[in-house]
Amino acid sequence: MPTHTFRVNGETVRVDVENDVRLLWVLRDILGVRGPKYGCGINVCKACTSHINGKAFNPCAVPVGDLRPEDEVTTIEGLADTVEGDGLHPMQDAWIEHDVAQCGYCQPGQIMAAVDLVRRVKEEGRAISDADLDTLRNICRCGTYPRIRDAIRSGSEKM
Amino acid sequence: MTVDYSALGQRKVGRRRLLGYLVAAPTLAVAVRLASDANVPGHALTIPTPGLPADVFDLSDSQNYAAKPTAHLIWMEIREDGTVHFALPRTEVGQGIVTSTAMIIADELDVPLQDVHVTLADSRPELVMNQLTGGSNTTMSTYYPIRTAAAIARGALLEAAGLMLGGLTPTALHTDNGAVVAPDGRRIPYGDLAKDAAVDQTTEVEADLKPATDLKLVGTTVGRTDARAAVTGAKQFAMDIEVPNALPTMVCKPPTIKGTVRSVRNQAAVLEMPGVTHVAIIPTGVAVRARTFGQCIDAVRALDVDWAPGEIGSDSDEDVLARIRKAEIPMAVPEVPLLAKTVDTDFTFAFASNAPLDPDCAVADVRTGSAEIWASLKVPIVAQQELAEALGFPMDKVTVHVVQGGGSFGRRLFTDAAMDAALASQAMGAPVRLMWHRADACRQGRVHPMSTSRVRATVLGNDVLTYEQRHTSGRTDFGHGFGDIITASAAKLPVGDYSISQFIYLLTTGAHYNFGATTSLLDELTDRKLNTGAMRNIYSPNVAVARELTVDKIARTIGKDPYQFRRGHIRNDRLRTVLDRVAEAGRWGRSMPRHHGQGLGIHSEYHGHSACLVEIDASPATVNRDVRKAVTGPRVTKVVFAVDVGLVINRSGLKAQMMGGIMDAIAIVLTSSLHLKDGNFLEASWDNYAYTRQWNVPFDIEIHLVDSGIEEPGGAGEFGVPAAAAAVANAYWAATGNMPTHFPVNHSAPLHYEPYPYNPPVPPSPTSGLDHVK
Repeated sequence: MPTHTFRVNGETVRVDVENDVRLLWVLRDILGVRGPKYGCGINVCKACTSHINGKAFNPCAVPVGDLRPEDEVTTIEGLADTVEGDGLHPMQDAWIEHDVAQCGYCQPGQIMAAVDLVRRVKEEGRAISDADLDTLRNICRCGTYPRIRDAIRSGSEKM
Repeated sequence: MTVDYSALGQRKVGRRRLLGYLVAAPTLAVAVRLASDANVPGHALTIPTPGLPADVFDLSDSQNYAAKPTAHLIWMEIREDGTVHFALPRTEVGQGIVTSTAMIIADELDVPLQDVHVTLADSRPELVMNQLTGGSNTTMSTYYPIRTAAAIARGALLEAAGLMLGGLTPTALHTDNGAVVAPDGRRIPYGDLAKDAAVDQTTEVEADLKPATDLKLVGTTVGRTDARAAVTGAKQFAMDIEVPNALPTMVCKPPTIKGTVRSVRNQAAVLEMPGVTHVAIIPTGVAVRARTFGQCIDAVRALDVDWAPGEIGSDSDEDVLARIRKAEIPMAVPEVPLLAKTVDTDFTFAFASNAPLDPDCAVADVRTGSAEIWASLKVPIVAQQELAEALGFPMDKVTVHVVQGGGSFGRRLFTDAAMDAALASQAMGAPVRLMWHRADACRQGRVHPMSTSRVRATVLGNDVLTYEQRHTSGRTDFGHGFGDIITASAAKLPVGDYSISQFIYLLTTGAHYNFGATTSLLDELTDRKLNTGAMRNIYSPNVAVARELTVDKIARTIGKDPYQFRRGHIRNDRLRTVLDRVAEAGRWGRSMPRHHGQGLGIHSEYHGHSACLVEIDASPATVNRDVRKAVTGPRVTKVVFAVDVGLVINRSGLKAQMMGGIMDAIAIVLTSSLHLKDGNFLEASWDNYAYTRQWNVPFDIEIHLVDSGIEEPGGAGEFGVPAAAAAVANAYWAATGNMPTHFPVNHSAPLHYEPYPYNPPVPPSPTSGLDHVK
């Protein structure tokens, strides 16, 4: 069984598992990192959205064998540590301020996708628009979408 | 003729004095009956005319009433660290009842909100029908019992403090922020009193609840108590719970609905696959247990199974619709004057999926002679009964832990995934963490049945003389105990000999308008070929869409403005008030561009009233906008929603529930349905079943909470859907010029996806994840 080395939330991890097991299951079932959620397993619902080297990706669609030792995987559990200070990430604060979550199941993925959207929009030197928000594919079956939009706008001002 | 709602709607009460118990325990413990007399309206048994049954005795009353004779006690305890603990015998699935319950306790007990710890009670069979989360009933049925417990605790703390302070009477003291305060300002924290306030012998006591004017937290805006856990990934759902050796397990489901396993042809080969530990046949398929869920998916795809078919054969949507048409009962309009006009409408509603995002799942550890189950179950007692029976154990050998769910929408009323988990664990002799694949949730999970709704109204001049609605539906499975609650009170109802489904229909369907002789009836098919269940708000969204479109049609027939026509015929003042609110705030009748339109809808249920105004953009540029693998179509651009639920506990939580209901409404009217084709549902993913996504979300949403001075809480969890769905349908009509008759409006359009194969039953896990990094 091959050994895989990569970084998760700032720590180097070594995992013995077959190459083709998707990273979502390595995180959840082997490493016990359960912030990223299963919602479809085919990169559609985006509930598992996390970051690789600072950019959004969906670990349900990445064989663990594709990871390199220097790859830094950030899950919702590690998001707050990507910013200065002891507090939460500004997007997490915005989420609490707008009381966004209902059941909360999709929220780790929503927040990770939101942080990435704001990064990309800022790189283009723009402010978040409705058209940008419309590109988010993360399902929220509770339907808290309007609060997600509000929170992303608030959070983007503090990022 | 108007039914007097005042008896039901207002229920004004003065200061309440209620009974409970101080329970023998090491620290202060209090118990109350879950259903207090306060929940049962005394007027419930009188028969009004000419309203429908739901106008005087609705589903909520039925649940409250059923709870009364069987209610047992619920406990609240205060520990030496000053924290308050309460195990709520209800299930949190996102609707916010843990937060609202904590608010109610904190307010009555004068304790900081963060010191109140609300957990979910395990299954408690002694509560009989009083541990069911449904019908938007939680707050209505628990508000006074929980306040009573808190008030008794507060009284005991005052008494203990009086003794500690050398014999002061409790009336000389007051409570504030987790402490008893003496006349000289000394503060004794509750934690310091928790032992002294405890009793050796359980005693019955009376408690005075605070007058409504003294409530400071109830009725304010409070964020969810688990908000931080939700945004940091710390919140645990069933699949996140650590149970030793409970390895990932999935079920290879049949390629047909309700198919069964004849044999497995390659069990040995699958057992050799990486990570796989067990393969076992269970009644719903072939269960595989492995080190990771990814390896379960691979094993499910590799299994070669000889399947026996289910009962649905090669039926498609058209076949089910034909059976429903055959079951439709004729209209029976009373005699009306010759000059009266008849308005007929006829609507069809497609199958819909109630699947939440958190999949059907459960953890099960079945040993020799006993079992422990963890799952989000809204009727845990029925689950415990069914699991015990299936496992062959006495009921008390099965422990059911209720876990917070990631949504429910009707799905978690049933025990399907917990049953798979328990039987797999038993067959394998090992603990399992069992989850359905999304494809199974769509194709093998319960569906909200197809239905038709027909209305005939007769109109003379500006008056509606008769209104007759006939709803005909596929069978809705209420076999989760909800029906038992209804039948428990059935003998008390002013209605005749009806089935459980018909009772529920009658109890949720009121007469909203003064339309003369008014009837609304349900007929359901009886076959069990499909796995069915209710979806959020059961019949009401479809019934309301049909009713409110017909109201617009009547208004158009007699040349009246739909808003003015509604407000002239509405039976209830509170309902008229919320309608007026949305018409004013939403600027009803404002000039709209071509292909845009406004629509209205109203709905009363759960002791409350709601109205909605929707604006929609059906211009070609919007309808044809391109989003990859998605349904676009007309876009709701603005929603103004007003609701009067009586007493509001948490303004933020209530608005959240209305918001979610509005998103459901947009989905069921415009975008989301299941297609039955040749004996199977086509949809197998979130990109197939087009629930509302960000590109369908209105840009502007206003939710108005209307205060009518009612001191009693109503229901909220499902209440956002019907008025909003009706308003979306009417706005669509206004924008397109065509009254929609088939829902969702895109159901007959060409599919926006290529259906996944049925065998293997789940799609492969993709490998291209890193290619999409931007």
